[in-house]
Amino acid sequence: MTIFINETSKVIVQGMTGSEGTKHTRRMLISGTNIVGGVTPGKGGQVVEIENRQLPIFNTVAEAMAATGAIVSVIFVPPKFAKAAVIDAINAKMPLAVVITEGIPVHDSASFYTYAQSVGSTQIIGPNCPGLISPGKSNVGIIPADITGAGPIGLVSKSGTLTYQMMYELRDIGFSTAVGIGGDPVIGTTHIDCLRAFQDDPNTQAIVMIGEIGGDAEERAAAFISEYVTKPVVGYIAGFTAPEGKTMGHAGAIVSGSSGTAQGKKDALEAAGVKVGQTPSETARLLRAIMGR
Amino acid sequence: MDLFEYQARDIFEKHGVPVLAAAIATTADQAEAAATAIGGKVVVKAQVKVGGRGKAGGVKLAENPKDAREKAGAILGMDIKGHTVRTVMIAAAAPIEAEYYLAILLDRSNRTFLVMASVSGGMDIEEVAHTAPEKLAKVPVSAVDGISLAKAKEIVAAAKFPADVADQVSDVLLKLWEVFQSEDATLVEVNPLVKTSDGKIVALDGKVTLDENADFRQPDHQSLVDEAGENPLEAAAKEKGLNYVKLEGEVGIIGNGAGLVMSTLDVVAYAGEKHGGVRPANFLDIGGGASAQIMADGLSIILGDKDVKSVFVNVFGGITACDSVANGIVQALELLGPKATKPIVVRLDGNNVLEGRAILKAAAHPLVEQADTMDGAANRAAELAAK
Repeated sequence: MTIFINETSKVIVQGMTGSEGTKHTRRMLISGTNIVGGVTPGKGGQVVEIENRQLPIFNTVAEAMAATGAIVSVIFVPPKFAKAAVIDAINAKMPLAVVITEGIPVHDSASFYTYAQSVGSTQIIGPNCPGLISPGKSNVGIIPADITGAGPIGLVSKSGTLTYQMMYELRDIGFSTAVGIGGDPVIGTTHIDCLRAFQDDPNTQAIVMIGEIGGDAEERAAAFISEYVTKPVVGYIAGFTAPEGKTMGHAGAIVSGSSGTAQGKKDALEAAGVKVGQTPSETARLLRAIMGR
Repeated sequence: MDLFEYQARDIFEKHGVPVLAAAIATTADQAEAAATAIGGKVVVKAQVKVGGRGKAGGVKLAENPKDAREKAGAILGMDIKGHTVRTVMIAAAAPIEAEYYLAILLDRSNRTFLVMASVSGGMDIEEVAHTAPEKLAKVPVSAVDGISLAKAKEIVAAAKFPADVADQVSDVLLKLWEVFQSEDATLVEVNPLVKTSDGKIVALDGKVTLDENADFRQPDHQSLVDEAGENPLEAAAKEKGLNYVKLEGEVGIIGNGAGLVMSTLDVVAYAGEKHGGVRPANFLDIGGGASAQIMADGLSIILGDKDVKSVFVNVFGGITACDSVANGIVQALELLGPKATKPIVVRLDGNNVLEGRAILKAAAHPLVEQADTMDGAANRAAELAAK
């Protein structure tokens, strides 16, 4: 089994007719994702052909859901229009909205997150994330599908390329689902949400959790692991050498005073019994040792 | 982006938050003229983006314009915690009866906004927060609803503001919310918010942090960038659209993806422990789709850093294909010609890795060597930097 998505998940792409949307729709189709249509306001009624599939375009998410039965939306809309796109998905009660867009103002993401909570029907993943993949079943976002196949490891990460790196390190074992939750200060799905889902997923045997400087999500995740997670978890934290007060690429990756440091996060995870690797390779070795592989 | 105090003050004034008359000066002459224009006693305040400037001697009361000239002369050029004072703000002096504290900020943990308010404001607010947290009211603010008059009154009551200033403080809160929202701020802080002897509420000092992701709808914010205070390499990188942070080290770093680059810095620092303590010289994320031009821009910034002794290019090809990265490196070195003088260790993995490695091998550039793993490449780059 997998978390959040599986081979039957019908997926729509918001922003399918844009260049990024088209490019990644093609990649997702090739990797087996069940894409059933797209949404671009003002282009409803058009049909686009991608990878020999005729994909209907709708003006709104509600229309797309009614016509196709989609239960997942993946959003490739530029930052300027991203808030409206997410609000459209929330209003349509889309169960899962995966926001790939990087560079969304935090007032917009705080606002759509709050709105999604009040409506209560939409789980948001991201923004500023690579999406999620259940290898061989479904691929929602931009994670390369050919790094590895299905297997017993669950992975949750703030970083895209570190997700790819870790999947590559452990490619001979494989993954149930790998989720990139994103590097922004406000994100819809946290490490904790993924840890809970992996704990509850019978096919996930061990979990890799990748964090980075900024905020206290990893510390909270450590507390959650202590009380809920019985499966083995290994961790990796990036940003030990990051100076205070400087944003390191991801909008959320910033050490403020003594809060959000990599050392603090590592200490919290280790106190919860999580083995934390010093490098991605060492983290992979720790997981292998635990799994006996 | 953090603003200077005077920039925060100007933004406050624009949105109707009560502030005192003030002007900035970069010379003692200008300071005297500003003090004359304001009249009466003034305060000369160093403009630096770091706390504790009062305790460092960067804030002085001046009795008259001549005195302001003297005080400004002493403060300009001062070093406060590594920040050189280039500008002072000359502000009217106010007779202070009480000092309060107000802040609106992004609360990452709870994914909402938060107001913090206290009637024990001033220089020791952090101490108050630590030793007497009950004196610092924390009230969550919905990102959808914001601060209404009712919410402002709730905050004022929670922080136990005295009745004679309650209405004024509520009004300030509404205006600070306007600043926070309409300027796309992630922090708006007033410390102290003062009550003057004639009973008026005034924002005496402010701190504002703006969200750079919102620059597309905040064209005015471009003029707030402190170009003089920027590291020249960072400024050059920004001009090229590169995501670069200068650090104190010897191994130049180029990678794709923020997380992988942060991880690369760490791995280099660990490897450096075995090689005389060499450290990463910078953070540089070239993002997805590294073209030859981006690679050339990145390499030229890094090779322009006199501290750099070796370079580590660490790419995991996800969407990016390793062959285009390799072509980028080869073309970048052609573009740079004799300007490229430092050894470059390249580690490629992922999408089209074999093609990428073959391209670098065929090019056989004397400065370039390849490594199979990230750890091995980091070790080699550190070793080369330590030579």
